[in-house]
Amino acid sequence: MKLFGEKAVRRILMVTAFSALSGLLLIALFILNEGLPFIFKYGIKEFLFSSDWYPHLGKFGIYPMIVASLWVTLGAMIVGAPLGVFGAIFLSEYTPRPVMKIIKPTIELLAAIPSVVYGFIGVMVLAPIIRANFGGPGLSLLAASIILGIMILPTVISISIDSILAVPQSYREGSYALGATTWQTTHMVTIKASKSGIIASIILGLGRAIGETMAVIMVAGNSVNIPNTPLDSVRTLTANIALEMSYATGMHRQALFATGVVLLIVIIILNSLASVAIRKRMVKR
Amino acid sequence: MKKIMLMSFVLIAALLMGGCGKGKASLTLAGSTAFQPFAEKLADQYMNINPDISVTVQGGGSAVGIQSANSGAAQIGMADLVVLPAEAEGLTATVVAKDGIAIVVNPANKISGLTTEQVRDIFNGKITNWKDVGGINAPITVVSREAGSGTRSSFEEIVGNINLKRDALIQDSNGTIRETVANDANSVGYLSHGLINEKIKALKVDDQECSTEAIIAGNYKLVRPIFLLVKGNLEGEIKKFIDYILSDEGQNTIKADGLLPAK
Repeated sequence: MKLFGEKAVRRILMVTAFSALSGLLLIALFILNEGLPFIFKYGIKEFLFSSDWYPHLGKFGIYPMIVASLWVTLGAMIVGAPLGVFGAIFLSEYTPRPVMKIIKPTIELLAAIPSVVYGFIGVMVLAPIIRANFGGPGLSLLAASIILGIMILPTVISISIDSILAVPQSYREGSYALGATTWQTTHMVTIKASKSGIIASIILGLGRAIGETMAVIMVAGNSVNIPNTPLDSVRTLTANIALEMSYATGMHRQALFATGVVLLIVIIILNSLASVAIRKRMVKR
Repeated sequence: MKKIMLMSFVLIAALLMGGCGKGKASLTLAGSTAFQPFAEKLADQYMNINPDISVTVQGGGSAVGIQSANSGAAQIGMADLVVLPAEAEGLTATVVAKDGIAIVVNPANKISGLTTEQVRDIFNGKITNWKDVGGINAPITVVSREAGSGTRSSFEEIVGNINLKRDALIQDSNGTIRETVANDANSVGYLSHGLINEKIKALKVDDQECSTEAIIAGNYKLVRPIFLLVKGNLEGEIKKFIDYILSDEGQNTIKADGLLPAK
C-alpha cells in the first residue's frame, strides 16, 4: 500500500512537471505553425529587412519594429543595468544585513506592480515632462526606455544581490587582510567573483524588457518608424502583435504570428545566454 | 482548513450558478469601439424593460465585429465602416445609427477649422507645422488609429488619398486618442463625434461644424454609418433587440449621446 502511494505521488508529480514543459512546447509549436508558412511564402529577407508595414496593401516588413525593439531594450539596459547593479553592490556590501533584508523585498515589490500601472504613470507623468523639456510627442523611445529601465530593476537587483552574497566571505577577508579598502575589495574581488551572476541578472532583465507589451504600447507612441532620435515614437515587436491582433485577418494575422516567431527566437537566444552565464558560475565554484 | 475550502467551493458554485442558473436568454454584441458605449447603454435600457434577457457588449473593433458575427462568437457584430469588406457579404446588415468623425485638437490650439485638403496634407506629412495652417509655430503631432480600425478606414476613405506619415502616433481606441490629444497641445487626431468632450476641441472641416445639426443636414462630410451585422435572417430575440434600437426610444438614446439616428 505504502509502495503504491509512493508510486502514485511520483506519477502525479511527473505529470505536473511535464505540464509546464508541454505548455511551452505547445505555444512554440502553435506560433511556429501559424507563423513559419507566412515567412517562407512572403520571403524571409523581405519580411525581416523591409521597412514597409502596410497590412492593407499586403506589405509586411517588420524591420522598423526589430530596430525599435532592440533600441528600447538597449535603452532600458542603459537606464536599468547601472542602477540595478550599483544598487545591488550598495545593498550587499555597504548596508548592514538586517537593513538589506528589509530593503530587498521592498524592491522586489516593484515587480508586483502591474505593467499597465507603469504605462499609466508613463503617459500621465513621464511623457508630458519629456514633451515639455525636450520636445517631440513625448510618447517616445526615451519614455519607453525609462519605464522599462525601472521595470527591470527588481530582476537585476535581486539576482545580482544573490550572486554577490554567494561569494564566500573568505575571499573578502583575504582582500581585507592585504590592506584593501571596502571599494577595492568590492571591485577587485567580489564583483569579479560574482561577474557571471551579475551578467545573468542583466540578461534576464533584457528578456523582460524585450517581452514587455502593455507598458510599451502606452508610452512608446507606436508609429512604425525607424527612430532617428530618442524622442521619436516607435513600435516594438510585441506592441505590433498586441495592437493589430484584434483587427487582423488572413495574411495580416499570419504576419503577426510571424512577428511572434521572430520574438520567440530572440527571447530563446537571450535566455540561453543567461543560462550559459549562470552555468559558468556553477562550474567555477 | 476544510471548512474554508468547503465555503469557498460553495461560494464559487453559487457565483457560477448565478450567471446561468435562471435560464435567461442571452445576446452578445461585439465590435466597433465607437458604438460600444451606445450599445452598452441601449443594452441596459433593454434589460430594464425585458428582465428575462441578458445582453453583453464587447469591444474589439469593427473587424472583430464582422469576424465574430461570422463565427458565431457574438450574435450581433457592430461595424462602423463606410464600405463593408468582402467578409461581411453573407451577413444581414442593418444601419442603426450614423456617426460623424471629428477632427480634434487640444483646446489650447487656436485653430478653429481646416479644409479637407489641409487635413489630408497634415496626415500625409506634407504640412508639419501649425503655422502653415494659421496657427502658432509648433510642430504638428499626428495621432491616428491602428491599421484595420473602422474609424481609420472610414476617415481615410472619406478624406481620400491618405498615406499616413510614418511618424504618426498610433493609439488603439477612440478613448486613447482622446487622452493623447487632451495631453498634447500640438496634436491632432480624429475620433467618433459621440466621444467629443471638454478635454478636446473639434475642428470645423471645410467651414462646417461637426455638430448633430450639420451632420443631419448633410453638410458635414466626415460621416459613416454604423452597422449591426447578423448571420442569417433577423428573427427572435435578435430581431426584437434591433427593433428596439430602431424604435423611437432607442434612436433617442443614440441621439442624446451624440450619435445620429439612422433615418
